[in-house]
Amino acid sequence: MEHSETLTLEDTVLVACRIEDLPPGESVRVEAGEGTDAVAVFNADGELYAIDDTCTHQDASLADGWLEDCKVECPLHAACFDLRTGMPSGPPAKRPVRTHRVTVEDGVVRVHVAAPVGAY
Amino acid sequence: MRSVAVVGASLAGLAAARALRAQGYDGRITLIGDEPRAPYDRPPLSKDFLLGRTSAEELALGTEDDEPLDLDWRLGTAATGLDPRGRRITLADGGEVRADGVVLATGARARPLPGAGGAGTGPASDTASGAGGTAGVHTLRTLDDALALREALGAGGPLVVVGAGFIGAEVASTALACGVDVTVVEALPVPLAGPLGPEMGAVCAGLHTDHGVPLLCGTPVRRLLGDARVEGVELADGTVLPAAAVLVGIGSLPNTEWLAGSGLDATADLRGGVPTDGRGATALPGVVAVGDCAAAYQPDTGGHVRTEHWTDALRQPETAVRALLAGADAQDAQDAPGARGPLPYFWSEQYGVRLQFAGTRRDGDTVRVEAGDPEDRSFLAVYERDGSPTAVLGMDQPKQFTRWRRQLAARWAAVAT
Repeated sequence: MEHSETLTLEDTVLVACRIEDLPPGESVRVEAGEGTDAVAVFNADGELYAIDDTCTHQDASLADGWLEDCKVECPLHAACFDLRTGMPSGPPAKRPVRTHRVTVEDGVVRVHVAAPVGAY
Repeated sequence: MRSVAVVGASLAGLAAARALRAQGYDGRITLIGDEPRAPYDRPPLSKDFLLGRTSAEELALGTEDDEPLDLDWRLGTAATGLDPRGRRITLADGGEVRADGVVLATGARARPLPGAGGAGTGPASDTASGAGGTAGVHTLRTLDDALALREALGAGGPLVVVGAGFIGAEVASTALACGVDVTVVEALPVPLAGPLGPEMGAVCAGLHTDHGVPLLCGTPVRRLLGDARVEGVELADGTVLPAAAVLVGIGSLPNTEWLAGSGLDATADLRGGVPTDGRGATALPGVVAVGDCAAAYQPDTGGHVRTEHWTDALRQPETAVRALLAGADAQDAQDAPGARGPLPYFWSEQYGVRLQFAGTRRDGDTVRVEAGDPEDRSFLAVYERDGSPTAVLGMDQPKQFTRWRRQLAARWAAVAT
C-alpha cells in the first residue's frame, strides 16, 4: 500500500491524485490495496466526492461511469448513484455504495476511507 | 383502467409492474409467470453464477422496495391463450385472468438444435432445459438450466459448445475458467457476424483462440452421438468431437405460440416476435408487448426488430406502460414523435474482456476503429452509414464507450417513431 498511510485503526487515507489532474467532469479510480475496496473520486463542477468504485449491482468501475450533476451512471447497466449519499436512484442497483470524505491539501487530493464494514 | 395483467414474470414483467405504479396506476396488477421462481437476473447465468461465484439469492431482481407495489402473483403457471374479447387470459392450471390492459412479457426460450431431439417446436410452456431425449445436452436460459450445466462442468469435460454467439462464447469462457476442456463449433464462417458484422465478429472470435479454446467455424453439426447420454458431436465434414456434455447456444425463439387465435397472429408471423410500434403498442387495443417476445418498430432500419437485450427489457416497459395507460393504440404512433424505447444496448463478458455494443447496425454499414487496437483486445469501433454513426462497439473501453453511447442515444431520441 505505497499510496496509503494509516491514521487510526478505523480510517485509511489514500492519496488519489493532484487536484490539477482531476478537472471538473473527470473521475479517477484509486486502488486501496489488499482488503480494502477501490474508491472512485469525482469532480462534479468543482465539488469533490468519493465513493466505492465497484457498482453494487455487478462488477463494473463507477470511475468509468457517466458523471452528471451529483450523480454517476454505471457504465455497464446505467445504475445511478448519488455521489453525496451513495444511494442508488433505482434499478438495477439495489444497495448503496459507501461514501468517503475527500480533502485537498497542498494540491493533493486525499480520500479518507472508513474501515471496511462488509455489512452491506 | 382498473386491472392490468402482466404476462411474464422476468425482468420485463417486473419492470412493467414497477412502471405501472411509478406512473400512478393504482388498480390491480396480476403478474403471471411460467417459472415457479420469483423474478431473477439471467445474465449472470452464463458467467458468475455458472462459475459458482454468485448465489441464486443474489440473482433476485425484487427488492424490499417492491413490496408496496401490491402485486397479485401467479407464478408457476404459463399463459395458454389470450382472448381479445374482454382480454381474457387462460392459464395452464385451468385458471383465467381478465384485465382491462395486458402487458405481454413472455420472453424467449433457447432454440434447440434441429433434429437433435430437443423440445423445440412445442408451446411456450415447454421448459427450455435442452434435450428431451439425450442426457448431457444443455441449453441455457433458466436458473435450472444453469444449475444443470454447472453440475456438468463440475463433472469435467470435454464440453462442446455449439454456436459461437454470446451465450456460447460466455459459457466457453466460464468452462475454461473451471478447467474444463472445451471446443466451440459454429456453422457460420464468422461468429457474431449478425450483430457485429464480419470484421468485428472476427476480432471477437480471436478471443477464443487467444485463450487456447479451439473454434471450428463454417461447419454445421450433422448430429449428436450417443443414445441415452451424449458421447460426441459429429460435424458435417465428418469430424467427430468427443463430448461428455454439449451446450447448444444457437439463438432463441420468442414465447408467442400461446397467442395463436388472439388476433395478433392474424396480421403477423409471431415467430419473429409480437410486432409493436416504437413504444410497444401492439395491433390490439389495450395490449402492449415488451422485452424478448416483442419486435419493436425501428424507423432507422424501417423494420420490426426483436432485440433480446437486457437493457430493453428493463427500459422498454416505461414507454409501453405510458402508451397503455394513455389508451393509445398502434395507429397513434405516427403522431407520437420522440416516444420510443431506449437505444438498443448489450454487453458481454468473455475471457475477462468486456464487450459493449449500442445502436442499430445493418449490413452495409462501414466500421472503423476509433480508439485503441483490436490486436490489443482493447478498442472502440464506430459503425457508420452515409457518414452518420449508427452503432458503437467497445472492447474494454467503458469510458469511451459511454461517451459514444450517450451521443447515439441523443440522436436516437430525436428520431420520431
